[in-house]
Amino acid sequence: MLNIPILPLLIIVPVVGLIFVLLSVEEDENYIQAKKSALWTSVINFLISLYIPFNFDKDVPHFQFVNSFSWLNSDNLKFSLGIDGISLPFILLSTLLIPLCIYSTWNIKTKRCKSYLSAFLILETFLVGAFSAIDLFSFYIFFESILIPMYLIIGIWGGDRRVYSAYKFFLYTFLGSVLMLVAIIFLYQEFGTTDIPSILNLSLPFYIQIWLWLAFFSSFAVKIPMWPFHTWLPDAHVEAPTEGSVILAGILLKLGGYGFIRFNLSMLPDASIFFTPFVFGLSLIAIVYTSLVAIVQNDMKKLIAYSSVAHMGFVTLGIFSATIQGLHGAIVQMISHGLISAALFFCIGSIYNRYETKEIANFGGLNSIMPKLAIFFLIFSLGAIGFPGTSGFIGEFLTLLAVFSHNTFVALISALGVIFAAAYMLNLYKKVFLGQPSKFIQKVKLDLRLNEMIIYSLLVFFIILFGIKPNYIIDFSTSSLDRIISLYPISIL
Amino acid sequence: MFSLSVFIPLICYFFCIFFNKRIAEIKIEIVISALMILASLISIYVFFSVSEFNPESQIIIGNWLSSGSFLIDWSLNFNSLSVLMVLVVNVVSTIVHIYSIGYMHNDPKKIIFLGYLGLFTFFMLILVTSSNLIQLFLGWEGVGLTSYLLIGFWNFKDVANKAALKAFVVNRIGDFGFLLGIFAIFFIFGTVNFNEIFILVESQEDTFFKFLGFNFHALTLISVLLFIGCMGKSAQFGLHTWLPDAMEGPTPVSALIHAATMVTAGVFLLVLMSPIIEQSEFAQKLIMIIGALTSLFAASVAITQDDIKRIIAYSTCSQLGYMFVAIGCSAYGVAMFHLVTHAFFKALLFLGAGSVIHAMSDEQNIKKMGALYNKIPVTYMLMLIGTFSLVGLPFFSAYYSKDLILEILYLDDFDISIYVYIIGIIVVFFTSFYSFRLLIYVFHGESKSDERVAAHIHESPGIMIYPLLILSFFSIFSGLLFKNYFFGFESLSFWGNTIYNIFESDISYAVNELPLSIKKLPFMMIILGFLASLAVCRYLTKLNLYLKHKLGFLYTFLKNKWYVDEFYDFFVIKPTKFIGYGFWKSIDKELIDNIGPNGVSKLIKKFGIFVSSLQTGYLYHYALTIIIGLTIFISIYFYN
Repeated sequence: MLNIPILPLLIIVPVVGLIFVLLSVEEDENYIQAKKSALWTSVINFLISLYIPFNFDKDVPHFQFVNSFSWLNSDNLKFSLGIDGISLPFILLSTLLIPLCIYSTWNIKTKRCKSYLSAFLILETFLVGAFSAIDLFSFYIFFESILIPMYLIIGIWGGDRRVYSAYKFFLYTFLGSVLMLVAIIFLYQEFGTTDIPSILNLSLPFYIQIWLWLAFFSSFAVKIPMWPFHTWLPDAHVEAPTEGSVILAGILLKLGGYGFIRFNLSMLPDASIFFTPFVFGLSLIAIVYTSLVAIVQNDMKKLIAYSSVAHMGFVTLGIFSATIQGLHGAIVQMISHGLISAALFFCIGSIYNRYETKEIANFGGLNSIMPKLAIFFLIFSLGAIGFPGTSGFIGEFLTLLAVFSHNTFVALISALGVIFAAAYMLNLYKKVFLGQPSKFIQKVKLDLRLNEMIIYSLLVFFIILFGIKPNYIIDFSTSSLDRIISLYPISIL
Repeated sequence: MFSLSVFIPLICYFFCIFFNKRIAEIKIEIVISALMILASLISIYVFFSVSEFNPESQIIIGNWLSSGSFLIDWSLNFNSLSVLMVLVVNVVSTIVHIYSIGYMHNDPKKIIFLGYLGLFTFFMLILVTSSNLIQLFLGWEGVGLTSYLLIGFWNFKDVANKAALKAFVVNRIGDFGFLLGIFAIFFIFGTVNFNEIFILVESQEDTFFKFLGFNFHALTLISVLLFIGCMGKSAQFGLHTWLPDAMEGPTPVSALIHAATMVTAGVFLLVLMSPIIEQSEFAQKLIMIIGALTSLFAASVAITQDDIKRIIAYSTCSQLGYMFVAIGCSAYGVAMFHLVTHAFFKALLFLGAGSVIHAMSDEQNIKKMGALYNKIPVTYMLMLIGTFSLVGLPFFSAYYSKDLILEILYLDDFDISIYVYIIGIIVVFFTSFYSFRLLIYVFHGESKSDERVAAHIHESPGIMIYPLLILSFFSIFSGLLFKNYFFGFESLSFWGNTIYNIFESDISYAVNELPLSIKKLPFMMIILGFLASLAVCRYLTKLNLYLKHKLGFLYTFLKNKWYVDEFYDFFVIKPTKFIGYGFWKSIDKELIDNIGPNGVSKLIKKFGIFVSSLQTGYLYHYALTIIIGLTIFISIYFYN
């Protein structure tokens, strides 16, 4: 059984599905045929990916399910795939969210629907590829390819200012990653290999580490995004269609955090220690600054986008605390934010589909018309503010715990984020869902549809599951993380 | 058995949620009441079996989180402190459940309301039975959440929504301190399980810990941080502002959450952490001062308020202050004693007030009531019992608990204790004053309600009255019944080593030997307060006006609740919004975007325009450029 090439399969299945989607006959305006093919493909892919956790050896810190293909007729440049405990949760997150995205379009009329669905399938291919690549070049190619479907999703199916946002998104992230390419080429020139496992075993001199660290950092800091490279995110979210926002916040941002762990932290330990105060400083600014900005937003999506930046601030804090709790916290926080922000964007999408606006001021008393959505939204908001029992709490708590042992000042300031989060999320909830029903919302009277119910229930299930059993995520990564932590001076924890 | 009494309320919650609108309301109500009564009976049984045999144990349900050396389990703590709290919570909750069936009679969301009450009870039980700080934090936040949901239960009312939001956010400020306290505990002790912490406390007595660049005594720091959390939850001065506003919720909620159980969670936590608190004199003094300040503040504000529920809310605040004072002078058992008696008589007062409001067609202003004593006599009797217990008339429950706090305070040897004692005595006067003022305005004098309301005044139905009879029984007798569990020789065997107990024979002996003047001082203050309220509110109304006129400044100061809300609005809320807006507009939009992406793209565009302007298309321009270039290159070549 172990010989199933599971990772190549995960990458190829969406492409095969894509063919079916494009070949599907347009029976009606709703493109139900195409949607069915896309949904089945992604569901099958999710089921295939479930094979991984059940056959994954938790005690092995190295890459598993490795598949290598020769590429460019070179022995050194290989196309190799493999996963360890760090990438596993992200692959599952990707394969989970894509079918949900496709399913959420079920009753919605989308222009050029087939292309839209294809974009998501091809995105899945690239995402799984990026998270499972264990060769720098393959990683870079997947990492950059993701920009193309995402750029199209924002640029074609976005809102009014979609072109500006799409360009901003593309150029920002592309500029960041060009420097990463330089770093990769340098590594290849120096050591003749781009194979991640063998690079992990190198120990580089400090002055080289510094430059490489900055090059990788520039790419991932834009992606995750850290302050002050975050301004593309609110714009991209506001303009992106619902599913685009879901993928953007749910998975794409996690590439940044994943990259920090995989490259900056594991390959360049000395530089990471050197730059830790710098990262902590930016993260603190991100948490406080963007939380404050989120409080005064008047567009729902923008509010959630800014809160994403704040949440990612916790992730970077956790990662660069380089302790087991911090890294566990960062990973749980990323997965949990992937689920929670996706859920919140889905909810806002549900509202937008009915009322065609995301202006908070238009709403009020929505729970009288959409009581089911009100309940779900409350649960997701609680997740976002780190309510114990949801996965959001575990992430924030472990991160802060780790940071506290590192630097109490940083912990104190970042814990302020806990207060602000409650303020902006519940204020949003109050303004949109509570109070006297506004006149504006009377025009549509339609609570959640079946597909929305299923999506939200699934997300609630996972958010609470990881809240009361976070070890389902944590256990996979422990041995891989231990290897990273052993690079750092032993802390007392 | 024990876990059953914890989980029954959760079953109630799910029962309500799933069967809402599927089966008849009356069936749900019967099932819920029966389940809650069962839970109460079980907790009574468990309480008495523990008080006799004292078998301490932990029930481990499963693993929650293990990350490195950070290990926590889902587990229930089973000792005298937790069974006592389970008993109080379940009994009061059951009474409130049954009362609510009557009180919320006409509300379309009645079943949801009952469900929330069940969920609240469950979280409260999780809070009190937890065996580690994280699970306690879950309960702590859970009660905050259900309090949020229940304050804003009538969510078409904007005031209610605002109050709910305020309650949650202010509590979060407290939680911020609590979280830091947990981190500090884990940092110092390497564990968050209570049993392990208490074993390690003595070894960390002299540890110092660097926090924010300063060296702090570790246990003092932990105590202070935890106390900040308690200040939020228990509405102590500074973080109290949410409690009066929380009265926007339905009255049964005020009785259960904002009087009997949730607000006492802070007291509970400090009693639980008593071995740590005990190691820090500074923290004890701080707790004592804040407690005294709160009790003075709240009692003084209560004098001038007109809303019946707000008066009782401030009274709650003030009584919580007493409990913290008791903790400050190491009388943990006595703090718990006052917590228990307070839970009963304050729930009684609130539910009685609910009964009054019910009779008055939702009128809450006491100045618009009056002469109700013969129209709703049973409610009057109940309110009277509640008031007597609150002020601490002899042989009512607070007579035992509150006077004990004052006496121990008198004997305490901190330098500040005597001042706190004086404040405590003054607060007794205030308490008596506002309590009787409330009774006089509501039940005596002339009726000031309009005719429509007056025609409607009626005694509450039996389902609201019978539960109150049980509460009034406890309000009268709980002091007498439970005294020995909390204070004196027998209490030692009850508590075992669950709380830090310094009561050696001499203190309980000394309390008995106090001079009669000290013993009778609180009683004198009660009488004084009663007479003053009688004079000001009933017989000498001119005096009332005269006082208002002469002490106008003081009156407005109290009437406006010491301007704390205004202070926060001006110094915290407005600046926060202002800064947030500034960050967004000036830094995000102007600075980063204009220098960053937009700036770069503009620069590139300008460069393009500049370069394209060079391409003029005139041959002689190009020729000139070529010649200049050639000249430069040739000269460089020759120069070298």
